[in-house]
Amino acid sequence: MAPAITLAAEAPRLSAANTGFMLICSALVLLMTPGLAFFYGGMVRVKSTLNMLMMSFVSLGIVTILWVLYGFSLAFGTSNGLIGFNSHWLGLSDIGLTELWDGYTIPIFVFMVFQLMFAIITPALISGALADRVKFSAWSLFVVLWVTIVYVPVAHWVWGADGWAYKLGVIDFAGGTAVHINAGAAALGVILVIGKRVGFKKDPMRPHSLPLVMLGAGLLWFGWFGFNAGSWLGNDDGVGALMFVNTQVATAAAMLAWLAYEKIRHGAFTTLGAASGAVAGLVAITPSGGAVSPLGAIAVGAIAGVACAAAVGLKFRFGYDDSLDVVGVHMVGGIIGSLLIGFFATGKGQSAATGVLYGDHSWTQLWKQCAGVGAVLAYSLVVSAVLAFLLDRTIGMRVTEDEEISGIDQAEHAETAYDFSGAGGGVIGSVAASAAAAQTKQTKRVDA
Amino acid sequence: MKLITAVVKPHRLDEIKEALQAFGVHGLTVTEASGYGRQRGHTEVYRGAEYTVDLVPKIRIEVLAEDDEAEQLIEVVVKAARTGKIGDGKVWSLPVETAVRVRTGERGPDAL
Repeated sequence: MAPAITLAAEAPRLSAANTGFMLICSALVLLMTPGLAFFYGGMVRVKSTLNMLMMSFVSLGIVTILWVLYGFSLAFGTSNGLIGFNSHWLGLSDIGLTELWDGYTIPIFVFMVFQLMFAIITPALISGALADRVKFSAWSLFVVLWVTIVYVPVAHWVWGADGWAYKLGVIDFAGGTAVHINAGAAALGVILVIGKRVGFKKDPMRPHSLPLVMLGAGLLWFGWFGFNAGSWLGNDDGVGALMFVNTQVATAAAMLAWLAYEKIRHGAFTTLGAASGAVAGLVAITPSGGAVSPLGAIAVGAIAGVACAAAVGLKFRFGYDDSLDVVGVHMVGGIIGSLLIGFFATGKGQSAATGVLYGDHSWTQLWKQCAGVGAVLAYSLVVSAVLAFLLDRTIGMRVTEDEEISGIDQAEHAETAYDFSGAGGGVIGSVAASAAAAQTKQTKRVDA
Repeated sequence: MKLITAVVKPHRLDEIKEALQAFGVHGLTVTEASGYGRQRGHTEVYRGAEYTVDLVPKIRIEVLAEDDEAEQLIEVVVKAARTGKIGDGKVWSLPVETAVRVRTGERGPDAL
C-alpha cells in the first residue's frame, strides 16, 4: 500500500472527495468477487456450476465476519514485523467515525472496508483450482483458517507500516504479492494434497458457458479499477490516475498478446483466450502499476500475456490438476508483475526506487522484489498444503467419487444450475413436464 | 414404395426442401440428429488443451417415394445437399411395405 502523503507539514484532514472515492472503489472491488464467480462458473462443466459460484460467494460472508472480529486488527495493527495487533480494532469496537487512517485523509473505517474486499477475493481466487471435487463444508473451514493463518500475516508483511517486506522496500502496489501470488501458491499447495479430478487428462472438461466467462472477465476488469486506482487511498497527487491508466493499458496488451500466442500455437483466436489474457494483464499490473510508465505497462502486459498463456499448459506436463489455471494465471502473472518492477520502475510513480532499465540501472529493487515474492510463495504454498492435509485427515476434503461423477451441485447444494426438462425442453419435454406436474399435484392431495 | 433417408448438414435444409418441391414431392419429415462419418468430428481448443468433439449436429430428412421415382429423388437430394467438403452426409433408401394417409385411410401410392 501507499506511503504517507505529506501535505506541507500539515496534519492530514478528512477529505470528503477521497473518502467518497474510496467508498466507491471499495464497492468496485466487492463486485470483483461475484465477477470471479462467473468467470470460474462458466469454465466448469454444467454439473459443477453452482458449486463454483458458491465457493466464491461464501467468501463474501465468511471473510467479512472474520475481518470485523479480528482480521483487520491482526493485519494492520502495530507489530514487530510478522503479525500485527491492535486491541481497539477487535470487533471494530473502538474506532471513531472521523478517526483517520494514519497519514491519510480517509477514515479508518473506509480503509478497513477497502482492505476487507481484498481479503474476500483472495481466498475466492484459490477455489478455481479445486473445481468439481471439494466438500463445501471443508472449503468453508479452509477459508476461515487460510485467511487467519496465511492472508492476514502476508497482508501485514506487505502492506502493514511495520511489515518486514514493506520496511525492506518491496513494492506491491495493489496486491500482486499479497493477493495473486499468495492465492496461486495456496492453490498449488492444496491441489498437490487433494489430487486430481476423476477423469483428468482423459475426459473432456470443456467450459460449459463461455459467455458467462466473458461476463465475469468484464466485471473483473471493471472492478479492478477500484482495486488498483483505489490502492493509493486518495487522489491528491495523480498516482491513482497513473494506476488507472496503467491498468487499462496492461490489460489491453496482455489480451492481445495471449490471442497472438494462441493463434500461432493453436491456430485460433479463442474467447477463453481473450478473457484469460485480460485477467493475466490485470494480475501483472496489480503490483507494478504505480511504479511503471504507460509504455512500461504495455511491456508488463504483453510479457504476462505470453507467459501465462504458455504456463497454463504446465499442468498437463507436470500432472497437477489446477482445474481453472489459478497457478498458471494468478501465481505466474503475479510473479511476473512483481519481478518486472525490478526492471521497469521509473522512480516517478509511487516511490523513487528505479529498476534495472532506469535511473542508475541498479539491481537492488529486483532483489527486493525477489525476496518478497519468494517469501510469500514459500509460506503460502507450505502452510496451505499443511492446512489441506489436516482438513483431509479430519473432516475429509473431497466428495466421494460417485458424487463427483454425478455432479457436485446436486451432492453438496441439493440444486442444479439449469433445468433441461419442462416447458423449455421442446414438445416432448412439455408433455413430460405436465405429466410430472399432474403427478406432483396428485401426490400432494394424497398427503393432505 | 421406398423410404429415402438423408442425414446431411443442417444448413442445406432449405436447398433440399426447394429441390424436392421442384421435383414434385409434397411432404417430408425433418428431425435433428447428431453423428459422425469417416472424418469424425472436429477439434476445439480451450487454453491450449485440444478436445475432439465426435458427434456433430446433423439433420435427418425422410421422404416416401414411388419405386420408379426413388433413384431420381436420391439424385435430387444428393445434388442439393452437396457442398464438396467433408461431412456432407449420406442418403439411403429402404423398401416400404405400406403407407396409410391417416385422414382418409388411402393406402399405397395414393397415400403419398
